[in-house]
Amino acid sequence: MDVFNIVIQTLDSTIRLSVPLLLACLAGLYSERSGIFDIGLEGKMLAGAFASAAAASVFHSAWLGLGMGILISVGLALVHGFASITHRGNQIVSGVAINFIAAGSTIILGQAWFQQGGRTPALAPSERFEAITFPGATALREVPVLGPIYAELISGHSLLVYVAFLAVPFTWWVLFRTRFGLRLRAVGENPAAVDTAGISVEWLRYRAVICTGVLTGIAGAYLAMVQNAGFVKDMTAGKGFIALAALIFAKWKPVNAMFACLLFGFLDALSIRLQGSPLPFIGRVPAQFMQALPYVLTVVLLAGFIGKAIPPKAGGVPYVKER
Amino acid sequence: MAKAAIELVGINKSFGPVHANRDINLEVAKGSIHGIVGENGAGKSTLMSILYGFYQADSGEIRVGGKPASIRSSNDAIAAGIGMVHQHFMLVDNFTVLENVILGAESNALLNSSIAKARSELLRLEREYGLQVNPDALVEELPVGLQQRVEILKALYRGAEILILDEPTGVLTPAEADHLFRILKQLKEQGKTVVLITHKLREIMAVTDTVSVMRQGTVVATRETARTTVEELAELMVGRRVLLRVQKDAATPGEVKLSVRNLVVKDSRGVTMVNDVSFDVRAGEIVGIAGVAGNGQSELLEAIAGIRHAVSGSVLLDGKPLDTTGPADPAKLRKRGLAHVPEDRHHVGLVLAFEENENSILGYHGQPRYRKGPLLDVSEILADAKDKIEKYDIRPPNPRLKTANFSGGNQQKIVLAREMEQDPTVLVVGQPTRGVDVGAIEFIHRRLIAMRDAGKAVLLVSVELDEIRALSDRILVMFDGRIVGERGPDASEAELGLLMAGIEQKETVA
Repeated sequence: MDVFNIVIQTLDSTIRLSVPLLLACLAGLYSERSGIFDIGLEGKMLAGAFASAAAASVFHSAWLGLGMGILISVGLALVHGFASITHRGNQIVSGVAINFIAAGSTIILGQAWFQQGGRTPALAPSERFEAITFPGATALREVPVLGPIYAELISGHSLLVYVAFLAVPFTWWVLFRTRFGLRLRAVGENPAAVDTAGISVEWLRYRAVICTGVLTGIAGAYLAMVQNAGFVKDMTAGKGFIALAALIFAKWKPVNAMFACLLFGFLDALSIRLQGSPLPFIGRVPAQFMQALPYVLTVVLLAGFIGKAIPPKAGGVPYVKER
Repeated sequence: MAKAAIELVGINKSFGPVHANRDINLEVAKGSIHGIVGENGAGKSTLMSILYGFYQADSGEIRVGGKPASIRSSNDAIAAGIGMVHQHFMLVDNFTVLENVILGAESNALLNSSIAKARSELLRLEREYGLQVNPDALVEELPVGLQQRVEILKALYRGAEILILDEPTGVLTPAEADHLFRILKQLKEQGKTVVLITHKLREIMAVTDTVSVMRQGTVVATRETARTTVEELAELMVGRRVLLRVQKDAATPGEVKLSVRNLVVKDSRGVTMVNDVSFDVRAGEIVGIAGVAGNGQSELLEAIAGIRHAVSGSVLLDGKPLDTTGPADPAKLRKRGLAHVPEDRHHVGLVLAFEENENSILGYHGQPRYRKGPLLDVSEILADAKDKIEKYDIRPPNPRLKTANFSGGNQQKIVLAREMEQDPTVLVVGQPTRGVDVGAIEFIHRRLIAMRDAGKAVLLVSVELDEIRALSDRILVMFDGRIVGERGPDASEAELGLLMAGIEQKETVA
């Protein structure tokens, strides 16, 4: 019973921990598939987290919080678009700038508005997206094996968790079954082909970064309103960058992205579970070592185990109509 | 006279101080193939970009099918029934043929119905025009000839009545080019109008009904193709008389400078591309290697130049063997007097992002004369570059200009100047006039003859049979990795053509 329970609990936290990664990873997918590199995922997520926690605590509404998180995140995405699409600036520089703006301004505004050392006030349960219990989950809990799986793994998550996992097939469908997706993939590979086909490269790329903004906004809201009950400074803690690593690991494909993010989430869950408990044969391991594990594995995976990841060909290159 | 498909009236277009198009008046008859020739920079591409909505004219009027048309974007052009096949294909490499065809012409927001519609439409186009291509193939896996066909299909799928082709044969083998011309004639029979932009006069003579010549932004003449000659067109293009046949005296070959013995070279897939090839090149002669592209000439050239290593066999330079088993050190080869003008100047010959003067010493930059201690001697390099610019008539004469901003012909001159001015004993040249306009071709040919007369051993590889025949003192024909015959410079085109197709070989075996 114990081992089974530990497994279920670890998988449960794997799901919870991989949600922000997954949302950010899919966000990056839209942008990078259109040829706009975005290392500002982290910053947009952070700003989204702050905006959603602040709005939720002021207006006492989780939905208004989510809406504000998305709005601010999309706003930053449009800044990135303005710099890199309209003005053909360097996409890396613009992304870095957005990360700094988010890191600094969330603390300053948080302190100015709430005077709690950069935090937002703790959110009441009604101001958060609470866990949804599926019908029959409590009744079925006692059924061996399937019961806990249904009650713990499938049921009992916040709405945003389901949104994140439904976004995977949805993104796949958009990318490979719709006109928008076809054009999005094309503009990331050869914008000149899109231009000569009579489609606006700029508008297409703007739409892609807006999609990115929406998803990073949801990711931020999840961090501030589901995983935590309020905003804490630097609460994204590099998740935006792990999401980028997952995106490369997934070779810019939505279903792969889900598995990559689940893997990173699993490592995270594992490191939390193993902290403080002695390992068989090895004994007690310093907590820092376990915390570093996901990052070490990121390096190892990206360095050697994924084979050749070919990014969208026009990625990072501003489109200039040639003579 | 047939009705006009396109009329251009008084078109003007300037880019800053450059007047790219000046009072252009042009009429293209419906159902005809109309050629537009001119040197690089004569304004052909600008004119066609205006017609396709990439640029807007500063003044002037475009009429399509007799009605004034306002073409402000590619969309307007497509709507007016104009399709364009660009010189650099506008295809998404990792898309299938179908996906490329429907891109921008999808019937609704979901793809399924668009793809089904395109599939049946492609079948119809295949029946009508013989444009066969597998609709589910990935574009990157198709040979260039078929990629171009996809571009044509894209235009036809959008209902193009007028098809503009910009330098369509630059990337094609002669056989693929012939096939393209058959397709164009078929399109014409079906009532489509074709505008063919090229600087290859042979193509104009072979396929067009009428031809307009552009020079320095203006249309200087329009002729019926049947009533003009290559010589007249060349003169109109360049603005002076052009010698299409190179003047040269008989060669006086000296001793053997380059000797290739039983060379075997495989390509990256492990396919044998050069199969037991042996020949000599003597001082004071040009040996030409003819053949249809892809029969091992490129690999042979690369093996001699030290870019690709040989599996077996040897190469002797001045009687001393080169190390051909591993990737050789091209710097060492240059020191020993072997200069190489590569086939692909963009990827191998030049760094396009560099300034002209930097490219003009690339590979020789370690020589003491270009150095000041550990640093480059910039003033010496600039002086040297200016000298070469003058000698080789490189235009514009600005050694600080980025190499990418020179035309193809001038880029080629930069490479030739660099390699020839090092006074090599052996010069190995691949496709010296690919993508180069008539005036520059004449110049390059004269320089190659001058090298020969100065006692250099010249090995020339070209897929242009005319060029091989005009320059070579001996012609070797390559087919399927072997040298299948040697002929003198007076061998007929038909005879060489048979050899290139591998026909003579079968007869000798039988």
